[in-house]
Amino acid sequence: MFPRARSRGLASGSGTGTGTGSGREIRASLVNRRDILQAAGVAGGLCVLPMFSLEAAPLKYRLEPVEIAAGAWMLVGVDEAITRENGGAIANITILDTSEGAVVVDTGPSKRYGMQLADIARALTGKPVVRAYITHFHPDHVFGSQAFGAKALAAPAGVVEGLKRSGDDFASAMYYLAGDWMRGTEVVLPERILETGYEDIGERRLRTLVLGGHTDSDLALFDERSGLLIAGDLAFLDRAPTTPHADLALWQASLATLSGISFSKLVPGHGPAESTPRALRQTADWLKSIEDVIRSAFDRGLDMSEAMGEPLPSWSENIALARYEFERSVMHFYPKLEADLWPRVDR
Amino acid sequence: MLNSRINLAGFAMVLAALLAVVGVARADEAADPLNSPMWEDMRSQFIGDDRFLFDNRVKVSVPNVVENQAQVPVTVDARELADVRKVIVFADLNPVQNTLTLFPNDAQAYISFRMKVEQATPVRAAVLTGDGVWHVGGRFLEAAGGGCSSPAMARNKPDWSETVGITRGRAWRQADGMSRLRMTIQHPMDTGLTRDNIPAFYIEGLRVRSTSGKVLATVELREPVSEDPTLTMLVRLPAGEKLIAVEGRDIGGNLFSSHIDTSWRESRLDVPKSAE
Repeated sequence: MFPRARSRGLASGSGTGTGTGSGREIRASLVNRRDILQAAGVAGGLCVLPMFSLEAAPLKYRLEPVEIAAGAWMLVGVDEAITRENGGAIANITILDTSEGAVVVDTGPSKRYGMQLADIARALTGKPVVRAYITHFHPDHVFGSQAFGAKALAAPAGVVEGLKRSGDDFASAMYYLAGDWMRGTEVVLPERILETGYEDIGERRLRTLVLGGHTDSDLALFDERSGLLIAGDLAFLDRAPTTPHADLALWQASLATLSGISFSKLVPGHGPAESTPRALRQTADWLKSIEDVIRSAFDRGLDMSEAMGEPLPSWSENIALARYEFERSVMHFYPKLEADLWPRVDR
Repeated sequence: MLNSRINLAGFAMVLAALLAVVGVARADEAADPLNSPMWEDMRSQFIGDDRFLFDNRVKVSVPNVVENQAQVPVTVDARELADVRKVIVFADLNPVQNTLTLFPNDAQAYISFRMKVEQATPVRAAVLTGDGVWHVGGRFLEAAGGGCSSPAMARNKPDWSETVGITRGRAWRQADGMSRLRMTIQHPMDTGLTRDNIPAFYIEGLRVRSTSGKVLATVELREPVSEDPTLTMLVRLPAGEKLIAVEGRDIGGNLFSSHIDTSWRESRLDVPKSAE
């Protein structure tokens, strides 16, 4: 029984063909254990079987590419916080076909995700991924990078700096939040440094816009061929924007810049792709609203916990995670308001 | 007549038995609602053999999500209890559990501050009322770890020692006559537990008083209080006085002193919803 189970496990592991050596071993041992447990389940009573199967099944993201333009697809992130259920797959990922190979924009939350993304891109385009753009340094966008390697990774200098500074801390936090989905995940620093300008890959010309505001360095890409504007986390739609490294004035200026581009469709970092500028307007409205609510709470002397309970504009009821992200934003902005606006009282 | 007397006696016995059952139920309720492995230790450390009960009138607010384990906002509100003498805030699973103690002499049983957490932990307040009973409330805080063992941000700045004690703050005269004091004092609040061998160095006490000398509240702080302690308190200034004085001392013997004007900007604040 045992030798047979092992050999079957190894065969199915190597059949995927994308894993590194250790990845294959992990997968093989998981399949292996499941086989053994299934055998045990059959012996011990069938009712045990489903439970054990669930526990031992290798984690796999359910990724379904949606075509958003000719030769362009999007993997839609769920409108949730990062959990052990969703494995951190909350951000939108874009795949572009070019005559030179596949291009991806952002790599997802984990090594496991990156591997699956590489497989999907190859299946859609028939070509390997030759370039992976990183829009900013947040963990739900960058931790699939191991699947592509440093040479294929391209990002503005500020994004690389951010990863150097905070990448390891992000990895720790992600392991805590997402658990086993993160297995084997490490920070990879992009080697190709981008500035505002153009990138030509095969027949596609991508305009690179190095902006900021969501973080200190945010990349947006405009594909001149399809008219797709890939905005990264400068734009959110029907999902509340996150602000841990935000500079609100800079962010609003970047949104104004993006509004000047006539796009066929906009891919936000989170939320659905649409041909309208709704994502840009909604993001600007949200940022203005939370800035006003937080400032008003601060001016009335509310502490952080009280400020977190303040009412939000009624339109935000249709925005996923509105209260959750508002609470986070209170924690992000309060200390700076206290340091900047309260007078010295010790002299 | 006799029958009814027996019935009465029987009724009393049943009643006594029922009361005994209720008494047992009460004792059962003393099981820790947060089911912490450290509860018994916390009880003996902070409450000892005194009477106590878990009481949802002691409200502890912590955020649903924490991304900075060195600055977790905590608000303790026990204003529904009368005659509060002492409020101890502690976190069961922190390396140093004792975090802060408020003595609200002429202040409300309310304090807000930020703390460091080393891992997910219950955060609780034990509130002593004048009848000698402790009222315990708390919430479980979900968090990744590292807040107590990471060096203070100030340690990255070579001139940190020149800014220790800089205090900023503001006060609001509320419609209910209380003064809402919010202030922040620059201090590294070193825990002594960091990887870089910096010894413990923290503000250990604050006294809030009126300019005429009346002590309104005292606060004892311990290692888990965050760098640059930021406090919110509700104190009652004597009629006619406008200045709140705050004096502090750290364990290195440094003294801090500040004065906050409650008429600054002549602002007023309505009673917050939670106090209604």
